[in-house]
Amino acid sequence: MNEQLSASRRLDIIRHKGRPTALDYIPMIFDEFWEMHGDRLCGDDRAIIGGVASFHGTPVTVIAEVKGRDLEENQKCNFGMPHPEGYRKALRLARQAEKFHRPIICLVDTPGAYPGVEAEKRGQGEAIARNIMEFMTLKTPVISIILGEGGSGGALALAVCDELAMLENALYSVISPMGFASILWKDASREREACDIMKITAEDLMKLKVCDHIIPEADGGAHNDPNQTAENISSFISESLQNLQIKFQKGLDEMINSRYNKFRVVGDFDEFPHSHTETDEQ
Amino acid sequence: MQFEDFFSVVRQRLGSDKSDESSKKKTDIPAGLLFKCPRCRNVTFIEEFNQNGKVCPTCNYHSRLTARERLKITVDDGSFREFDRKMISKNPIDFPGYEGKQQQLREKTGLNDAVLTGRAKIRGMDLVIIVMDSNFMMASMGSVVGERITRAIEYATAHSLPVVAFTASGGARMQEGIVSLMQMAKTSGAVARHNEAGGLYISVMTDPTTGGVTASFASLGDIIIAEPKVLIGFAGRRVIEGTIKQKLPDDFQSAEFMLENGFVDMIVERSKMRRVLAHLLKLHKQPEVKEVAENE
Repeated sequence: MNEQLSASRRLDIIRHKGRPTALDYIPMIFDEFWEMHGDRLCGDDRAIIGGVASFHGTPVTVIAEVKGRDLEENQKCNFGMPHPEGYRKALRLARQAEKFHRPIICLVDTPGAYPGVEAEKRGQGEAIARNIMEFMTLKTPVISIILGEGGSGGALALAVCDELAMLENALYSVISPMGFASILWKDASREREACDIMKITAEDLMKLKVCDHIIPEADGGAHNDPNQTAENISSFISESLQNLQIKFQKGLDEMINSRYNKFRVVGDFDEFPHSHTETDEQ
Repeated sequence: MQFEDFFSVVRQRLGSDKSDESSKKKTDIPAGLLFKCPRCRNVTFIEEFNQNGKVCPTCNYHSRLTARERLKITVDDGSFREFDRKMISKNPIDFPGYEGKQQQLREKTGLNDAVLTGRAKIRGMDLVIIVMDSNFMMASMGSVVGERITRAIEYATAHSLPVVAFTASGGARMQEGIVSLMQMAKTSGAVARHNEAGGLYISVMTDPTTGGVTASFASLGDIIIAEPKVLIGFAGRRVIEGTIKQKLPDDFQSAEFMLENGFVDMIVERSKMRRVLAHLLKLHKQPEVKEVAENE
């Protein structure tokens, strides 16, 4: 693995024109995939696709953020930036998976949720919030894999899960490096510098206990051998599904508790003794 | 394509962006003498503005309050018992200068971070109250804000208490990187549990409620109230304007805009807020539900 690669170097890799997207991986990983459309409320967002699939014979639900491979595809999928109806479709399919006891596999790849007028009107914030809350208590196993860019809340809306994996060169951040530079230094051109101090590589996120597993890519990046990378993703999914099935059989409550705790423990703060004073004294 | 700051600090028309022209003008006004409304741009004597409960007398824009001011006009006198008072943030991604900035703000605001949480009463009814304070790093959500809110909601769940959260935030706290993004999951998870336990959660959106806070616990109330004319939205205004290459109307992302689009239950004036909360709390009192369950 390329542990020595800097985050900004990885940014180049995930922006490589030939980097495989969810559209490439789905047929390589799943034996069947039946796409389901629409959020049943307002529309069908092409930045998130989803449906029922078969993984080595096991029925699963796949929900994926889609980046285009060329301009035409990108116009369709809005460069991988979902509108609220994308997140609501994802939630509808997640509920369906729960009903039919299918594990959910989310493939995350987005610069962020779309910042637009219609998106605001239809409640982008509410749609993301709702997904985060509902995924937290879904009564079926959820695996999320960050394929390339995991951009802020737009990624988190599909990344509340039992196990989070990242492709070796994927980046997962609170905001795009460009946004970070433009907010904190008022200079968007310092993107690469931002990238390198933000702690957003898979290794960084393992240390911060956000990421659970790193999936190796082909040498030099996934674009050099999409098949090999797809195989690596498949073996992660197999292993992870087995683990989660065991956990699941131990008890639903335990699985949901451990999902809650996975997020519950993230935070970095100091507490002076007796900080809980007022209530403790009661 | 610009994705800049769409998840984050709102510093445009209502905010504190130093590079923003309108706020440059604002700083030209002698401090402590006049209030210039960021919504209607009318100028009022600060005394009149303060007497009006920090509400613009011209357009009814409800300006920002400190967390202490908010508590004072909301809960029963002397009823507030603060939780986790001595929690301070560390520096999870070793962001240069973050500790110093916090220390400075702690001294300036008398707060340890951007939220106060605790137990209180409104007209004798017990509740857990969460109040964010935009004077501390635009009330962005980092580890301490996330942890205090999560603990407060967990406390409410454990003690079968309702939660009232006064939200105000520029979004996730950039300086804490991915750790701040995870606070969205943490707080929303706590709301999920409170919700499943049948607890009441009222979210009151105040100026400004944006970014990662809008995209987490602020939007998850059983009842969502907003103060008049406040800014509520997900993406930053400038980012959207950059995307669509045109100016947005003044009322875009206002409380009224959110009401019209179906994301807020009601707009309540500051002077009536305590009364409205008291009525809603009374209508959701738990004991009757328990009695029915016992009779069955």
